[in-house]
Amino acid sequence: MTTSTTVSTAPLAGGGLRQGLADVATIALRELQHWRNRPGVIVFGWLFPVLVLAMFVGLLGGALGQSTGGSYVDFVMPGMLAVTMFFGLESTMTAVSLDASRGVTERFRSLPVSGAAVLTGRCAADLLNSLVGLVVIVVAGLLFGWRPDAGLPTWGSVLGLLVLLRLAMLWLGMFVGLRVRSQEAVSAVQVAVWPLLMLSGVFVDTATMPRWIGVAAEVNPLTGTVEAVRELLGAPGAGSSWVAAAAPWPAVLWPVLLTSVFLPLAVRTWRRLGR
Amino acid sequence: MSDHGRTPAVEAAGVRKAYAGATAPALDGLDLTVDRGAVHGLLGHNGAGKTTAIRIMTTLLEHDSGSMRVAGHDVRTDGRAVRARIGLVGQYAAVDEDLTGRQNLVMFGRLGRLSRAGAVNRADELLDRFGLTDAAGQRLAVYSGGMRRKLDLAAALLVAPEVLFVDEPTTGLDPAARRDVWDSLRHLASRGTTVLLTTQYLEEADRLADHVSLVAHGRVVAEGTPAMLKARVGDDLLELTPADRVDADRIAVLARPFASGEAHVVDGRVSVPVADRGGALANVVGAVRDAGVDLADVAIRTPTLDDAFLELTGSGAEGKALA
Repeated sequence: MTTSTTVSTAPLAGGGLRQGLADVATIALRELQHWRNRPGVIVFGWLFPVLVLAMFVGLLGGALGQSTGGSYVDFVMPGMLAVTMFFGLESTMTAVSLDASRGVTERFRSLPVSGAAVLTGRCAADLLNSLVGLVVIVVAGLLFGWRPDAGLPTWGSVLGLLVLLRLAMLWLGMFVGLRVRSQEAVSAVQVAVWPLLMLSGVFVDTATMPRWIGVAAEVNPLTGTVEAVRELLGAPGAGSSWVAAAAPWPAVLWPVLLTSVFLPLAVRTWRRLGR
Repeated sequence: MSDHGRTPAVEAAGVRKAYAGATAPALDGLDLTVDRGAVHGLLGHNGAGKTTAIRIMTTLLEHDSGSMRVAGHDVRTDGRAVRARIGLVGQYAAVDEDLTGRQNLVMFGRLGRLSRAGAVNRADELLDRFGLTDAAGQRLAVYSGGMRRKLDLAAALLVAPEVLFVDEPTTGLDPAARRDVWDSLRHLASRGTTVLLTTQYLEEADRLADHVSLVAHGRVVAEGTPAMLKARVGDDLLELTPADRVDADRIAVLARPFASGEAHVVDGRVSVPVADRGGALANVVGAVRDAGVDLADVAIRTPTLDDAFLELTGSGAEGKALA
């Protein structure tokens, strides 16, 4: 036996920013190792928006394109960028809930690691996941004939708005994932995402909807981001609703509001897991 | 550590915890002192409050009232200091199924404040010690129950905790894996770590623990070394199994004049404490035969911790004490 097994070899450095950042990196690395160990899951997650894009452009694009006054792929791609961020809600929620149900969360809570570090580590990894997903959907869009017309600064603004939406979905996902324990409940939430997706300006112009449904779709935070990105990229069909007229404010205010509600709620839920 | 060795590993006083909606509290005034350097067993049936106690000690759960200190620190106000000094092997605090064995240990080592290189070295050392080197690069999803439990134990040992909490370490393990886990815990205790384990298995407490606390209905009902607890039951036990189990209660009544204590009926078998082995055997068997009751089996044995449990808690898993 080696002599390294003596009691209290663990340095007791409690908090400290440096230690906190190291913990964030360790938790984020864990997620990246998940990708490598189970590539199928992560690759499917990246390709799923491409499947949705193919469905809408390939099957419905011909019919829908007439109402948008331009190529449907140019109309729908800003929506698909936002949808890729929106789907991150499910992956974050599922992963958080799985950790809780498998006892990994309890293990983390028994270690001298702060809850903020665990949550931030997940945040970093999930953000990276979504950025890769964004690259995948952009490449797919280009293959489908998408020809956006924008300069680098515009792209920077687009990326900023998308990341803002993803952050809102992240903290909402963490909150729901920590609250919802059973996998059945998670499945129920996953299904509930679809009506939310359809009730938005992602796939069709909200002006074509019956008025009251159109208003509901315009209030959808997703629509805010979609319309702002459409505006920035000069997509056809942009600017017909009040959401578009107010752009980019709904795309900024909605995610900021959601994050400022669900970030504290998620952290609070984590802290109160032991009650 | 300056306070090491002076303060007890665990000090619980009047700890209460009631879950919302439950009829009875999970812990109903738990008093417990665990000395440093010992292997201490919390013995009790399912629902006795063992796991609740461990969850409170490891800061996973907050208690309603009473005081709980672990390694000299209050779990409620100084949770971080407690977490820096403990290890936990639980049914619920798990390792990550989607990581390999080595990735798990390195991650938990890093979170346990080891350097990157230190975590890798320590992981390899523990993988070797638990015979998991060949499986180190595989995902846990393909591990057997025994391998997973060993990895779980290894994860708790990465930074040699002052106090290690082990919740039902061998539930669901085969005998060989169980012996491996026992050896590891004993080895750890021999190096100065205090081990607090919960178990439903009396054999486990008997084999591993220096000190045992019997837990029933959320409080400690008896304490002592396994030998002391067995001594409290005292006398040898005469065990009679009737051919027809409905006769068990009748046998208990017939044996009473020759018994040195209360007779118990468990699972159709009557256990009668007796002071004088030979005489009691002849007398009880004679009385039973005279009453016309057929016996399937008769035996005399020295008491086990099982008997102590029955005697001291007044209730077996499916047994009952006769007045």
